[in-house]
Amino acid sequence: MTEINKDPLLSVRNLGVVYETSQGPVHAVTDVSFDVQENEVFGIAGESGCGKSTLIKALLRLLPDNGVATADRCDYRGSALMKMEGEAFRKEILWQEISMVPQSAMASFNPVYRVGDQVVESIQTHRKASRAEALERASELFDVVGLEPGLLKSYPHEFSGGMRQRAMIAMALSLDPGLIIMDEPTTGLDVLVQERILRRIREIRAELKSSIILITHDIAVIAEMSDRIAIMYGGEIMEQASTIELFENPHHPYTLGLKNAFPSITTMGTELISIPGSPPTLIGPVQSCPFAPRCPFDDAACHAANPAATEIAAGHVVRCVNYENSAQFRSLAKEKSTWLS
Amino acid sequence: MSSSRTSQRFRKLRLALREHYRIINSNKLSQFGFWVIILFTLVAIFAPWIAPHDPWEMTYDSNGNFASLRPPSWEFPMGTTHLGYDLFSQLILATRTTLLIGVVSGFISIVIGANVGLIAGYYGGKIDEVLMRITDILYGMPFLPFIIVLIALFGRQLEFIILAIVLIIWRTSARVIRAQAMSIKQRQYIQMAKARGASDLRIIYRHILPNVLPLLLLYAAFNIAWSIITEASASFLGFGDGETVSWGGMLYELWLSGKTRVAWWWFASPSVCIILLVTSLVFVSRAYEEVANPRLRKR
Repeated sequence: MTEINKDPLLSVRNLGVVYETSQGPVHAVTDVSFDVQENEVFGIAGESGCGKSTLIKALLRLLPDNGVATADRCDYRGSALMKMEGEAFRKEILWQEISMVPQSAMASFNPVYRVGDQVVESIQTHRKASRAEALERASELFDVVGLEPGLLKSYPHEFSGGMRQRAMIAMALSLDPGLIIMDEPTTGLDVLVQERILRRIREIRAELKSSIILITHDIAVIAEMSDRIAIMYGGEIMEQASTIELFENPHHPYTLGLKNAFPSITTMGTELISIPGSPPTLIGPVQSCPFAPRCPFDDAACHAANPAATEIAAGHVVRCVNYENSAQFRSLAKEKSTWLS
Repeated sequence: MSSSRTSQRFRKLRLALREHYRIINSNKLSQFGFWVIILFTLVAIFAPWIAPHDPWEMTYDSNGNFASLRPPSWEFPMGTTHLGYDLFSQLILATRTTLLIGVVSGFISIVIGANVGLIAGYYGGKIDEVLMRITDILYGMPFLPFIIVLIALFGRQLEFIILAIVLIIWRTSARVIRAQAMSIKQRQYIQMAKARGASDLRIIYRHILPNVLPLLLLYAAFNIAWSIITEASASFLGFGDGETVSWGGMLYELWLSGKTRVAWWWFASPSVCIILLVTSLVFVSRAYEEVANPRLRKR
């Protein structure tokens, strides 16, 4: 882990997001800290409603009016994102430095404009380029993602789901950003198209020097693509480590449960074990470990206070009071009876 | 390069026109309405050349007799007033005034309504609150006392009549456009435009506006129709511009002359024209409404 010594591309410390609702404040994201290194794929995994999307909305200032984000630190290449003026942030950071591929590319193009014009628009918003130059760049990008440049003249509704997703990736690449946030880039696509898009992302990453934050609920995708992974639950990062470390040496009971819930080639034919219960509502202040109600290994300490994040090895952070017992958890977690009791 | 650009623009224009042609021809009523509007527009443009007499010229028939209160005939196709004014000529010149007032106030009111609606709907919060309270106040404003005060203050001039109509009419379009803007603002592509670093103005006018355009055209047509009716009512009540003839003004003159029971031709022609033009506008806007609201479409 030599990269650790270098300055990270994006450094976030204690990021929190609170939505003010009529039922009280909803703590959608609590105390999230992570670093994204240069030219790295950082995966964020978690089930629906765990705060993954809120987290990136907070980074890009796309939160709805009732959402408030706070952070001790949120630095991109040394500039504090949260403290930037709105206009400067819009002109210098958005798309130029941090771009994104949204959750549903289907609905992400304005239906009244040609796809090419929307790529051109995002180039011309930030760079002084003639329309012809921008179009040239757009057709280059379409080539990169494996789309006919002639399709630039088409309207979004003429594209299939996979084509729109690739066009969205092309758009995200248009200004060579330092960081691309991909929010479930393959959700809703069939597996063949998924595979093609993932391969394309990997190729792009090899060619360009952008880092990627990959957000998904698909453990298989994240394991395949990421260098490091953060597992989110109830708005908090439960465990964070390099991909190999996380899969070979998981410490958090939630990580163990997630691993159980996904099929693997070596254990084919055996029944999958799911985690009973449902995710917390996050209304009101967090006073215990959010996973405690569903955790098979919970004890009084888990319900008394929200555990702090502990770095158990270089780059491996766990948020669990009983992380020392993880060896025992690991063997118990393989039994179905453990989760049912 | 530039010539290909021009030809591209030309092609775009042709495509757009073809689309409008298709909408208008989608049913018989809107087709009828369209041609009536074209006819009135031509009459308005060429009014001074078509009208056989000056609107306030005392006319004499071919026998040299003063033509007062003549019913329609070959010489006076729509009859004459008690002062011998040729109603056909008055009607033609009044078309100009009416159409001018209708189009100008319809246009200004839709521009104001669209901007207020888009800005209130997009920004929300305090800006929305202030703008919508202003429209609420205008909703509480009764038209007649308002126009009486306005005309008492400034005089019976065309500009102030247009101003009065605009101030009353823009409120509805503002409310409707605001509601639509609020809904479109939530769409993912607007979020994405924001993520791409588009400015607020760009999002409002480049991304939201084209998506409310069908609704906007619909309300533009409604506003023109309403302006024409409003102008006619105001003129009929004597608040019209005394310097020009208008359809409402012709009815007002009839009322003043006290010949309502005698001269049926005098009220027939302006009334028919008002009804014809306003219903035509409504027919055409109905066709556009089907574009804006597909649920109205026949299957």
